[in-house]
Amino acid sequence: MNSQSGMAIKAEGLTRKFGNFVAVDSIDLNVPKATIYGFLGPNGCGKSTTIRMLCGLLSVSAGRAEVLGLDVSKSAEQLRTRIGYMTQKFSLYEDLTTEENLQFMGQVYSLGAGKLRRRISQLLDTYSLFKLKDRRAGSMSGGQRQRLALAAATLHEPDLLFLDEPTSAVDPENRREFWEKLFDLCDQGTSILVSTHYMDEAERCHRLAILESGQLRAEGEPLVLMEQMGAHVIELEAENLRVLKTRLLDIDKIKSAAQQGLRLRVLVDRSIENPVTYIQQALGSSLTCNVVHPSLEDVFVTVTNGERQ
Amino acid sequence: MLSIRRIHSIVQKELKQLSRDRMTFGMVVMIPLVQLLLFGYAINTDVRHIPVGIVDLSGSAVARVITQAVTATQVVEIKHHYTTPKEAEQAIVRGEIRAALIYPADLSKRLVGENVLAQWVVDASDTMVSSAILQLRQMPLDQIIVDPKLHRVTHKPNFEVALFFNPTRRSAVNIVPGLSAVILTMTMILFTSTAIVRERERGNLELLITTPIKPLELMIGKIVPYIFIGLLQVSIILLLGNLVFDVPINGSLFHVYAATLLFIAASLTLGLIISTIAKTQLQAMQMTVFVLLPSILLSGFMFPYEAMPKLAQNIAEMLPATHYMRMIRAVVLRGAEVQVLVYDSLWLIGFSILGIVLAAFRFSKRLD
Repeated sequence: MNSQSGMAIKAEGLTRKFGNFVAVDSIDLNVPKATIYGFLGPNGCGKSTTIRMLCGLLSVSAGRAEVLGLDVSKSAEQLRTRIGYMTQKFSLYEDLTTEENLQFMGQVYSLGAGKLRRRISQLLDTYSLFKLKDRRAGSMSGGQRQRLALAAATLHEPDLLFLDEPTSAVDPENRREFWEKLFDLCDQGTSILVSTHYMDEAERCHRLAILESGQLRAEGEPLVLMEQMGAHVIELEAENLRVLKTRLLDIDKIKSAAQQGLRLRVLVDRSIENPVTYIQQALGSSLTCNVVHPSLEDVFVTVTNGERQ
Repeated sequence: MLSIRRIHSIVQKELKQLSRDRMTFGMVVMIPLVQLLLFGYAINTDVRHIPVGIVDLSGSAVARVITQAVTATQVVEIKHHYTTPKEAEQAIVRGEIRAALIYPADLSKRLVGENVLAQWVVDASDTMVSSAILQLRQMPLDQIIVDPKLHRVTHKPNFEVALFFNPTRRSAVNIVPGLSAVILTMTMILFTSTAIVRERERGNLELLITTPIKPLELMIGKIVPYIFIGLLQVSIILLLGNLVFDVPINGSLFHVYAATLLFIAASLTLGLIISTIAKTQLQAMQMTVFVLLPSILLSGFMFPYEAMPKLAQNIAEMLPATHYMRMIRAVVLRGAEVQVLVYDSLWLIGFSILGIVLAAFRFSKRLD
């Protein structure tokens, strides 16, 4: 059914409650196959909970989700061989070596001995782990562990990969490399769902869902989201930026103001036709104001603004 | 300079954390409370109600009178009457009784002079039990049975006591096999209970449950390595006991290991159950101690089972260590075979099966 529709994940009204607390509130999702789909949101917004429901680790309180054409509530066990999951915290065994960890995971997935040997040597090569073959995971750096974790998650060649904040313990250079590997996987037909709170990472995704307080705030391709966002972005250069910022935030149509070095980045509601004049009227015409291209952070601030104040 | 304020801040933080770990907080109160009450009542070095059998080859009224007098001391409690000494000895090997009183066919004739009247056959592996029976030797029977016309010499032992299995009455003989029960309880429960909790604490479990592995597979896989560790430990204890303390191994090794395997299985499943309840390794350790203490004090390791009050016996009966204590002593000291220890074997098998089903059931493959 989903293979026809080309969707790796379909969810309708997906909800998860912990007691009275609604962690995920009626989310609809359509994740196309062979794409990298991002979950962007602050900590505690329900990203991990959603991923855990989609993996069948948490039961669904309401709504339904189909992953690779299988209902997660009913067919969680069948799904396990077809998905790979990389947890937020490193969850392989620190007292085993790279090779031993991979061997263990391969055996858990019942890969045949010959196939497992081939896969391991392939993966050691792909993820530049060959030199670390006999190193224990506990003594490896954040970047090395993360490569190992990705290798383990892809060992059984899953159709769909869930990555829960995979780069939180990794330096920028390793993050770049890591994303290159993700695009390689995606190119080979793997669907990837990745959660992050880094804007630059979110921008690399084919599609994005912005989550806040368990609700889906916006969804679409990053570029489209930036173009269609409901605010103008103005950069303002002046002295006394802290004072200006306080004054700006009192104005009704100003959605946000944030200092970036010597400038103030101001979001003005779309309903204002000429935002530069609007600001100059309010604060004095001598101010230097420029309309600039929106970034994903601007999108994020715009769609999550209401809840944050 | 030590700063009182800084020390105080740490103390305050520790207390806050402690009070929030409800399991630990509960154990802080429960361990002394429950254990003190339990052992205060249960620990009793004054041995009474030793289960014994009677073999009356004389069929005489005198035998019945003596039996009554012996029962009246409350040191022993008559469980069974056997027709031959052989049967009584087999019952001792099986552990049904600790001693048997055998009246010879010529009992009436022996009332004359300074003959002993009857013989106690005692399982002397527990020195507390054998001392209690040895004391019966001197019990005054003269007033009740002695007819002055018989010229019986008074103040001489009325019974002859034959000490089986430990004639020199060394306590090591009883302690060494018992120690294997205590050590296995400690290591087997602790290893398994922390094994799963450790994976949970380190985050390994979250990954593991997204794999196709089944709960029962995980449980069995976790247990198997420790079975070998347990067998190794028992081998070390018995070998050293034999070499250093000269403790005999009267039973066959096959039966020693068969009994041990049953106990290891039961202890490991108990550990698994704990691991599905405990959230941290510290909690798992505390729960292990909670099982370990009664396993040392109530299982018959320190004090004879029979000397404990009924309630303590009932609690002891729920501990796998009590059953193994009986089995390993029977096999090692009395040369019993596992199949005669039917009750204890079945109990341990039943416990293990129920335990592993319960643990696998409690260990759901979801996080919620």
